[in-house]
Amino acid sequence: MSDFSEELIRSKTEDDQEESCVFSGTGMSFPWLQKHIGTVATGGKKEKDFAQTTNACLSFIQEALLKHQWQQAAEFMHSYFQILEDSDSHKRQAAPEIIWKLGSEILFYHPKSNMETFNTFADRMKNIGVMNYLKISLQHALYLLHHGMLEDANRNLSHAETWRYGEKSSSQEVLINLIQAYKGLLQYYTWSKKKMELSTLDEDDYAYNTASQNMLNHSWKTSVNLCALIQTPGVWDPFVKSYVEMLEFYGDQDGAREVLTNYAYDEKFPSNPNAHIYLYNFLKREKAPREKLISVLKILYQIVPSHKLMLEFHRLLRKSEKEDHHKLGLEVLFGVLDFAGCTKNITAWKYLAKYLRQTLMGNHLAWVQEEWNSRKNWWPSFHFSSFWAKSDWKEDKALACEKALVAGILLGKGCRYFRFISKQDDEVLRKKIKRIKKSVKKHSIVNPGL
Amino acid sequence: MDLEEAKEFKERCTQCAAVSWGLTDEGKYYCTSCHNVTERSKEVINTGAIPNTKIQAISRGLKRKRKLEKGWDWYVCEGFQQILYQQAEALKTLGVGPELKDEVLHNFWKRYLQKSKQAYCKNPVYTSGRKATVLEDNPSHSDWDSEPDLLSDFSCRSFVESGTDSQPDGRLQKPFPISRASQSETASICSGSLDGVEYSLRKEKGIVKMTVPRTLAFCYLSLLWQRETITLSDLLRFVEEGHIPYINAFQHFPEEMKLYGRDKGIFAIESWPAYEDIYKKMIEIAKFLDLPRFPDITEDCYLHPNILCMKYLMEVNLPDEMNDLTCQVVKMTGIGEVDFLTFDPIAKMAKTVKYDVQAVAVIVVVLKLLFLLDDNLEWTLSNIAEKYNEKNKEDKPWFDFRKWYQVMKRSVDEKKQKWEEARAKYLWKSEKPLYHSSIDRAVVYKRREMVVSLQKQFSTLIDSAPTVEKKSPSSFQFNWTEGDSARTCFHGHGLQGILKKKGQSMTTKNSLYWLSTQKFCRSYCKHVTTYEESNFSLSYQFIINLFSFLLRIKTSSLHEEVSLIEKRLFKTKYSKTKKKSRSRKGRKY
Repeated sequence: MSDFSEELIRSKTEDDQEESCVFSGTGMSFPWLQKHIGTVATGGKKEKDFAQTTNACLSFIQEALLKHQWQQAAEFMHSYFQILEDSDSHKRQAAPEIIWKLGSEILFYHPKSNMETFNTFADRMKNIGVMNYLKISLQHALYLLHHGMLEDANRNLSHAETWRYGEKSSSQEVLINLIQAYKGLLQYYTWSKKKMELSTLDEDDYAYNTASQNMLNHSWKTSVNLCALIQTPGVWDPFVKSYVEMLEFYGDQDGAREVLTNYAYDEKFPSNPNAHIYLYNFLKREKAPREKLISVLKILYQIVPSHKLMLEFHRLLRKSEKEDHHKLGLEVLFGVLDFAGCTKNITAWKYLAKYLRQTLMGNHLAWVQEEWNSRKNWWPSFHFSSFWAKSDWKEDKALACEKALVAGILLGKGCRYFRFISKQDDEVLRKKIKRIKKSVKKHSIVNPGL
Repeated sequence: MDLEEAKEFKERCTQCAAVSWGLTDEGKYYCTSCHNVTERSKEVINTGAIPNTKIQAISRGLKRKRKLEKGWDWYVCEGFQQILYQQAEALKTLGVGPELKDEVLHNFWKRYLQKSKQAYCKNPVYTSGRKATVLEDNPSHSDWDSEPDLLSDFSCRSFVESGTDSQPDGRLQKPFPISRASQSETASICSGSLDGVEYSLRKEKGIVKMTVPRTLAFCYLSLLWQRETITLSDLLRFVEEGHIPYINAFQHFPEEMKLYGRDKGIFAIESWPAYEDIYKKMIEIAKFLDLPRFPDITEDCYLHPNILCMKYLMEVNLPDEMNDLTCQVVKMTGIGEVDFLTFDPIAKMAKTVKYDVQAVAVIVVVLKLLFLLDDNLEWTLSNIAEKYNEKNKEDKPWFDFRKWYQVMKRSVDEKKQKWEEARAKYLWKSEKPLYHSSIDRAVVYKRREMVVSLQKQFSTLIDSAPTVEKKSPSSFQFNWTEGDSARTCFHGHGLQGILKKKGQSMTTKNSLYWLSTQKFCRSYCKHVTTYEESNFSLSYQFIINLFSFLLRIKTSSLHEEVSLIEKRLFKTKYSKTKKKSRSRKGRKY
């Protein structure tokens, strides 16, 4: 069963699901264990029928939701509300959150529900106890966003932002920041629309000035809103991205760099490949020195060795003057091809074929052997089986040729893949295959003496 | 903002339930913990500016009064009297004769008040010094007939004539006037009734204190006295189905009878009555009231096992012919004897028969005699019956256990599912919320309001047609009709396939039997035996589950009752072959 809150968030920021963790501690659940814990909690005293039936009611709601029976779920929900009057204060205090989650899910899907019902429900639930106000406000705003009601969402977030919560503040600080950040994101959206309008206007136009002034206003507010959240450790990709875009637009390169560097390198933040990608792209736009770019991608290589930027990383390493960079360049290529998702990446194979030759010509047989030793057990069946030879040849002859070359170099001309390709009689590729055979003969690391 | 000034305001915050108020510049109270600002504002009383300090006193006085609801002066026992009155009225609408309310229950209640020294006695409890109009209490007379006629007294008149008429009447004196204990109005210990606080603290040895579940024990005692056609399981089922006031019965107290504080603990109920519990309470009360022997339960009484067996055979769709067998078992075990069946609280070991459970247990025993229920023989016999029925379509069909099982299983599962859903949807909370102390009041009311408004919102999402239509009360829960294949009626089916002729009489084809219990518990724990479901055949489990669902009792208590019947039926076997795992016994009819 998907959690409603997650649902909402996913609809907004499809690419960073880690975020949903902030809102809901969903995980594994053991209903039978729950039951046991229940009897332990009551200290062996007989549970009152009220507790028993409300529990049963909760299970019925969950079951109905699972089966998408919104009507039934609503019926049971109608009875479940009485848990708000439970004499057990623990249950009573936990109830609003449960009711909100289940209720909002029902209202999200129920055919008779509409925007108005949802809004009334959300407003009501916000004011049951203090602890849920912010969470519900935020999720309410996301619901409105989902339905394209940006202004209402914005108003909601503004309300939430100014909510006074007294002593209960510390635990909710992150939420406040998040609310402000979402507000910032909405402002960014307006700003970027304005930017689009602006690009259609003539610079000498009278309207241009007011429009740009407008934009400036927006960006200032936005940066204030986004700033606080970005400082707190977490994964804030969409927020960081939009913030940096605005900073760059107004020429605050240093500010942008600082934000991105902090986001990528601050140890308090969770490891996040996107942080390094953003920083790399920024530095590339800035035309930063190669050395700098390499150092950023080095970290990304450690986190995601199969990332598509790795080929770019390889190119940078190849061009570098340092010898250890050249060695790393070989490592990176092998690393990319370790992943099943990259097996048909022709560029990677082309690079590897070319770079192997280059490395061997540069008398670095040891480097190749070092990489190959850990792979010789599984690469032959992973990449170079006769099945792959056949299917690669059928699907992409160019790819098959590159692979055959690599196979020949690494495994010798006796290897099945190489033999299959070299036996093929293709008019167009005849010359190429001949060249491959020659290269293999020259460079193969198997029996190099021959 | 002055926190000192706000100290007088003691209500809980409606947002965060804290009691920590400050005053805003406008003189309104705000919560220092969540910053919620209330509508309430402090009355501006500036004693410095206004020389007349009386104004302050007056305004204080008014405020105090508002804190606790004012209503009539009433006693806890009057509350119970109200509930009993409502229950008696409900029983009357269920078709029980009016004597039950006006004579039997009424007298039981009077007797209770007297025995518990709350009224009709020389020294009513609480009255120190003050004496109310008291009737002579003669402890030597335990005979029912010699009981003084109390009908003319106030509290009873109100009971008989109208339960809602408990307004203090100047002409009549209260049965046990006491002065309200001096209560600090701000203290959390309070009650709407005059003696709620004392009542909840009272612990007197030998006195059975009135509770809400005990009202049902009173009802059942009266039903038993009248030999009405309602068993205890029926009564409790009617309670659960809402035909008899029980949970939130206080809702229907007269408007002026205010309940709060300790009254909550006395009158608020969050569980349905349980069979065993009410059964025990009923014996306890009968003993406490020192009641004489109840009217005889004879063969023409509804509660006699022969009649009840007939009823339950119909209910669970078993052939009418089985009634002969149940009657025989009843006869052999002697459980149809008047002395066995009649309740006599003054007897040495006051105990009464669980008429409904016992009747059902007899049916279980008969089923075991006929089909053995060892997950084997019953199916073999079903095969024979099925073949016979196929060949002889014109004749009266033989009873086919398998077919019966299929029909019953489906019906019971369906019923159980509906029952569970209805229970899950049950709304426990009264429209009149009860609170513990005055500082809780606003919060409790606010919570109620919230729940009502949420319910209102969700009720628009529910189909306008109510899904759980209120069932009209019936002592039957199932309904079998000929023709409908899902509800096939087996009442007319015959037992020929299972019985065989032996001389003049019939005997069961099956000559085996196994005992539900090998050993009875001999310790002082008072339970007869245990029921570990997995040790028994699936058929037996099904039968036990079916009947215990029907009576809404625990499976273990039905199993116990079955064991007790068997103990009577196979007395000799028990004494001789105690340790044999299986007892063989052919029964003749």
